[in-house]
Amino acid sequence: MNELRYNPSELLICISARLMADNATCFIGTGIPMLAASLAQKMHAPNLISIFEFGGVGAQLEKLPLAVGDMRTFNRGLAAAGICDIMETATRGFVEYGFLGGAQIDMYGNLNSTIIGDDHAHPKVRLPGSGGANDVGSTCWRTIIIMQHGKKRFIPKVDFITTPGYLSGAGAREAAGLPPGTGPYRVVTSLCTLGFDKETKWMKLLALNPGVTVEQVVENTGFELIIPEAIDTNPPPSTEELRILREEVDKDRYYI
Amino acid sequence: MKILTSGNGDLIQPPDLDAFREWNRTQKSKALVDKVMTEKEAVERFLKDGDYIGIELYGTVRAPMSLVREIIRQGYRELRCAGQGVYESDLLAAANTIRELDWTYIGFEVYGLSASARRAVEGGYVKKVVEWSNAALSWRFKAAAMGVPFLPTRVMLGTDTLKYSAAKVAECPFTGMKVALLPALILDVGFIHVHRVDRFGNAQIDGISGFAGEMARASKRLIISAEEIVDEEITRQRPDRTIIPYYLVDAVVEAPFGAHPGEMSYCYERDEPHIKDYVKMSKDVEQASGYLDKWIYQLENHQQYLDLVGANTLEQLKLGEK
Repeated sequence: MNELRYNPSELLICISARLMADNATCFIGTGIPMLAASLAQKMHAPNLISIFEFGGVGAQLEKLPLAVGDMRTFNRGLAAAGICDIMETATRGFVEYGFLGGAQIDMYGNLNSTIIGDDHAHPKVRLPGSGGANDVGSTCWRTIIIMQHGKKRFIPKVDFITTPGYLSGAGAREAAGLPPGTGPYRVVTSLCTLGFDKETKWMKLLALNPGVTVEQVVENTGFELIIPEAIDTNPPPSTEELRILREEVDKDRYYI
Repeated sequence: MKILTSGNGDLIQPPDLDAFREWNRTQKSKALVDKVMTEKEAVERFLKDGDYIGIELYGTVRAPMSLVREIIRQGYRELRCAGQGVYESDLLAAANTIRELDWTYIGFEVYGLSASARRAVEGGYVKKVVEWSNAALSWRFKAAAMGVPFLPTRVMLGTDTLKYSAAKVAECPFTGMKVALLPALILDVGFIHVHRVDRFGNAQIDGISGFAGEMARASKRLIISAEEIVDEEITRQRPDRTIIPYYLVDAVVEAPFGAHPGEMSYCYERDEPHIKDYVKMSKDVEQASGYLDKWIYQLENHQQYLDLVGANTLEQLKLGEK
C-alpha cells in the first residue's frame, strides 16, 4: 500500500468533485460530499452553489463544515435560510445534484441508512436514519451516491429502503408518485464509478478506478452488474488535486 | 380524497387543531409581561413527564444545551420527542429520558453513529420509533404552524421510511398525482436557543434559522434560551429580525454559551475536544454515565457548568466581533 500516492478517501473525494459542475446547485450531505464540493470550488467550479439542508446556500467553503448546519455552510454565502425553504426549493426543481452516502445499496440504487436487520421494532443495529437523505433522493434531479465498495454494502436487497433509488425498477419511481426525471445518476465507490441503464435502471459499470479490474468489482458486488464492452478508467488524483485537498480543503485531517 | 396507502407507524402525537386554536386563545397571554426565569424554573413549570417535546436547532449547532441539561437533571423518564438530533439527543438517550420517538436523524455526523441512541433503541428502553425524513418533520411543524391538519408533499413516497411512518399516500383531488400527507405535529413543549431575546420573548436568530420559525409556532409551550437578554429597544429597532414573536413564548432564559459544546454562529465555535471526548465516552455505558454525573447531575445550574468548562476555554472559542 505504501507505493500509493493517495489514500482511498482522497480518491473518492477527487472523483466525486469532478462530477460537480460550475454554476450547478448541489445538495451537500455530511462527510465526503463536503470535501468534494470544497475541492471542486477550488479547482474547476468556483461558482458551484452548495446547498445545505438547514439553510446554507452558496457558501464559499473555505473551512470544512463539520455539521450540515454549522456556520461554515453559509460562510460568505448567498443566503442563510431555513430547512423548509431549502426542501421546498428542491421540491420545486431548483436542485440539480444531490450527494448522499449510505450503509447499504441495491442494484436499483435504493439506499439504507435506518436499520440493519429485518425487524424494525428490534433492529440489530440502529443507524442514524433518513435525515435529509430521503428528501434529497426524492426531489433532486440527479442523485450521486458515494460509498465504500464491498459485498456487505452492495447487496441484492437492502434491509430498509430509507432513500428511494429506482425502487423495484423502471417506472417504479413515477408509479410511487416521485417527480419524473429524478433518481440516482452515479455511484462513486472505492473501486469504480457506476451508472444506471436507461431502460432497465439496473446498475451498470462505467469506469474503473486506477489499478482496479472488472473481476474485483464483480467480486465485491452482491448483485449482478451490467458490464458493458467499453469501460473507462478514472484518472488518478492529480498532483494539484491532492495538494489542494491536503493543504487547503482538509488541512486539519478530519477526513483524509 | 382517495387514500392509497398508509404508513404502519403510530401517530405518537395526534393533532387537534381546534383545541390548539382554543389553547392559543386562552393559554397564551398577549400581554407584554416579563417572562425571564432560570432553566430550573422554566423546565419545572412547563414540562411534565409524558410530554411531547422538540429541540432546535441540533446538538452541535445552536442547541439549547443548558435547557437539555436541566431536563436531564430533573429526571424525566417518559418523554416523547421529535428526533432530529446529535449530541443533545444522545445525552437524552444516555439518561433514559425518552420513551417514544418520531425519528429522522440521530447520529454524530462526522463522528458516526449515536451510541446512546443505539443502546436505548436496541436495548428496548425506547418503546416506539416512527420514521420520517428531515423535511417531513419540519413540514409537520409547518402544518401545525399553519393551523391545518396535514400537508401534501413529494417526499418519502415508495420507501420503507413511509411504510414505518404515520404518513399516508393520497391521490391529489386537483391533479391526480400521488402525494405523501404529513400530519401536523403540535408539541407540548418546544426548546429553542437564540442569539438575543427581550424579556417579553421577542427572539432573534443570526445566520440560518433551521426549523425555529416553524417549531416555535407548533409549540403549546415554548421556552427560549438566549446568549443575551436585551432591552426591548434593541428588538424594537429591528423587528424584521424577530423570527419568534413574544406571544409564542412562555419563558425566557439567559444562557451565555448556552449552546456549548456546540457552536453559535458569529459568536463562538464548537468545542471540538469536548465533543470528541464525549463521543468516545458515550460508547461505554459506565463512561457515559460518568459524563452525565460530571457535567449534569453534580452541577446545580448553567453557571456551574460554565465554571467547570472554564473561562479560558470559553474565551478561546469566542469569535471576533459579534
